[in-house]
Amino acid sequence: MNASGPVALQLEQVRKSFGPVVALRSGSLTVHSGSIHALVGENGAGKSTLVKIVAGVYQRDGGEFLLHGESVDFSSTAASKDAGIAVIYQEPTLFPDLSVTENIFMGRQPLGAGRRIDRKAMHEEALGLFSRLGVNLDPRRLAEGLSIADQQIIEIAKAISLDASVLIMDEPTAALSGVEVERLFAVARSLRDEGRALVFISHRFEEVFALCDTVTVMRDGDYISTDPIAETTSSQIVAKMVGREVGDLFPKTPAEIGEPVLTVKELESAGVFHDVTFDVRAGEIVALAGLVGAGRSEIARAIFGVDGYDSGTVQLNGRVVRPRSPRAAIRAGMGFVPEDRRQQGLVTEASVAHNVAAVIRSRIARWGLLTNGSETRTAAPWAGRLEVKTNALDMHATTMSGGNQQKVVIAKWLATQPSLLIIDEPTRGIDIGTKAEVHRLISELAGQGMAILMISSELPEVLGMADRVLVVHEGHITANLDRADATPESVMTAATNTMEVSA
Amino acid sequence: MTETLVAPSRRSTAQRVVSTILTSRESAIAFVLILVVAAATLNTKSFLFSEDGWRDLLLTPAILLLLATGQAVVIITRNVDLSVGSTLALTAYLTGRLFVDNPGIPIVAVVAIGMLAGAGLGLINGLLVALGRVPALVITLGTLYIYRGVVLSWAGSNRINASDMPDGFLSLGTKSILTIPVLTILALVVLGIVGYYLRTARGGRELYAIGSDPDAANLYGLKVRRRVIGAFVLCGALAGLAGVVYAARYGTISSGAGQDIELQAVGAAVIGGVAIFGGSGSVWGAAIGAWLLITINRALPILGVQDFWQQAVVGALILGAIVLDRVLAARRSRKLVEARDIA
Repeated sequence: MNASGPVALQLEQVRKSFGPVVALRSGSLTVHSGSIHALVGENGAGKSTLVKIVAGVYQRDGGEFLLHGESVDFSSTAASKDAGIAVIYQEPTLFPDLSVTENIFMGRQPLGAGRRIDRKAMHEEALGLFSRLGVNLDPRRLAEGLSIADQQIIEIAKAISLDASVLIMDEPTAALSGVEVERLFAVARSLRDEGRALVFISHRFEEVFALCDTVTVMRDGDYISTDPIAETTSSQIVAKMVGREVGDLFPKTPAEIGEPVLTVKELESAGVFHDVTFDVRAGEIVALAGLVGAGRSEIARAIFGVDGYDSGTVQLNGRVVRPRSPRAAIRAGMGFVPEDRRQQGLVTEASVAHNVAAVIRSRIARWGLLTNGSETRTAAPWAGRLEVKTNALDMHATTMSGGNQQKVVIAKWLATQPSLLIIDEPTRGIDIGTKAEVHRLISELAGQGMAILMISSELPEVLGMADRVLVVHEGHITANLDRADATPESVMTAATNTMEVSA
Repeated sequence: MTETLVAPSRRSTAQRVVSTILTSRESAIAFVLILVVAAATLNTKSFLFSEDGWRDLLLTPAILLLLATGQAVVIITRNVDLSVGSTLALTAYLTGRLFVDNPGIPIVAVVAIGMLAGAGLGLINGLLVALGRVPALVITLGTLYIYRGVVLSWAGSNRINASDMPDGFLSLGTKSILTIPVLTILALVVLGIVGYYLRTARGGRELYAIGSDPDAANLYGLKVRRRVIGAFVLCGALAGLAGVVYAARYGTISSGAGQDIELQAVGAAVIGGVAIFGGSGSVWGAAIGAWLLITINRALPILGVQDFWQQAVVGALILGAIVLDRVLAARRSRKLVEARDIA
């Protein structure tokens, strides 16, 4: 269409890696003023890393970064902000203890006499921003407890009030309802018409086609293509995004499906999830799909007893599991591999053997004492089975790669011989080569009759691994799809399900 | 009630101000303070209605008030400063030495030097915390002993006596304006300036933001390190001022001055509603907390409470304040979350 203005933002061959994991191999992006530019790609394609480099959160390892034709190098978020770049992050970053208004204006509050903050002007400006966005929010209330959608609105208001020349929105619509999305688009279009450059990251193609004029595709940290939106179709974009057959990556072995192992009935937690009912059978891999913030991890944490719930029951092998007690859940036969394995899954300063033996300490202890020998004896077969690539079991977990750490966490739970394994984001932060190994492992475990509940934001992973897909949207299960019925379209439709209830 | 949680409040400014004041933590603590004073006065009339009683009621909390004000600022940034007691001792002894070694030195100069010395010690804390990325609890626990060690080796068994200091300086400890002791007025003025800064200046609000979520503060582009260092410098300067006040008030200074007072300062802030994990609370609350802590300590013996129980009451007050905070915070966040389902 009319990507006519001068080039506002230009990145060429930008590289960034974190230790051994390459997040961005050659990121390129050229955005014109007066244009809305879509940036698409699977999770892990490097979009967020690229955004964070532009925002000054990360510094690039190599490549060119030009802003309005001049080479720039942001050492901090403040520098990027001062240069006129506003970023709306995927996960809102707010100060829970401060008011909505203060969150919008923090660091650049309007000043009155004697450099004092002019609160009246600030509240009025906030109200003005909200009415422009068409939302009804109390500018004086605290940010704590706001829904993701409302938090996102505050992020957007913040970015608009910055009066930036480049505005980057990293999946701003993920948690918004249809009406809210329309309002956001109206604002985005008016900003474009004012001559600003906008970058829009989204997984929803209908939004990309409705809003943007140009689209850039990324895959596995590489730049793939840039096309005017009018000259491309969503199937062309999908082909570029995936670029490989899904089947190759996910060696799902058929498993015999047995009796229900986990039965969840009418689980309810006010404001978090509602009426959650499903079961997972022996040998079955069930995926909880949905957008970030939909409540998937919260459901898993409630089942495992980390968080409580208001009503409903969780049964494992026909016996009710006591709520709010991970110990009871472990004893009943559950294992839980958390999303953040560094913080919640591993004692990274301890050896592999310590980690593997940690949950079964009481079983292998003698007279209440643990010996290194008994730990190593127990850990060895499990680590061996998972092909954890460490030279010795006394190696510290902190020095291992993400993939191997994940295997150690899984090994730790296998040692308890669980009948149900819950895995939250099994391959997040693991590079593409090791991913397949983790997938093969999960599939093998299911083949041996273990029931697996997997939470994943990566659609190909969900479609490639799961026997059944449960889609969560704003705390409700909106679809229960068999492997045959689960397509990117059916899952995404259920995940963005916009049954308009809000006024 | 629920519509005020999400939609803009329709209440007038006056209504909002009144309800904020009535439901605030500061007024709850002030109410407890009034109860304590009333109980002690009913028992012994002179607790309030005598010249000495009135003066003690106002004057005794002045030192802790200064320390609690500085401490509150640091705690709001999700840090803590345990070295203020040692800083106080150092500057109190410094004050005495200045008068001994430089006869005729102006009082204003001594006050300024005391505050500067305190600010310098605070700067060391701030730099170590901000640049070393070590928790403030550990850093200031270390400097607590180091600063105290400096006083011990400097002062030795020496002691500065009232006779070493000029009468003009010592009279500050007893002088009053309109029955209000000068030192109390000084503390209140400092409190007012700090409170006003925290409430109305960008820098003040940024301190709250940093304590509320340090990572978000970085993403906002706030100068987190500089602000945290600034908070420690302010806290140190106020501890330095407290040291000068200590010298004026007590007249004798040994190396043991202000021992354990840092814990009282932290306790005062916590009782006054400054959240120990940062981001909320006010210096007003911390100041009333300091007042309450001191006054309770004076009132309990009058009410015939035994020594052991006096300590326990202070402990119970701190625990009670924390439990109350947790309960109220849990209730508030539950209410805010439930408001989502209604909306």
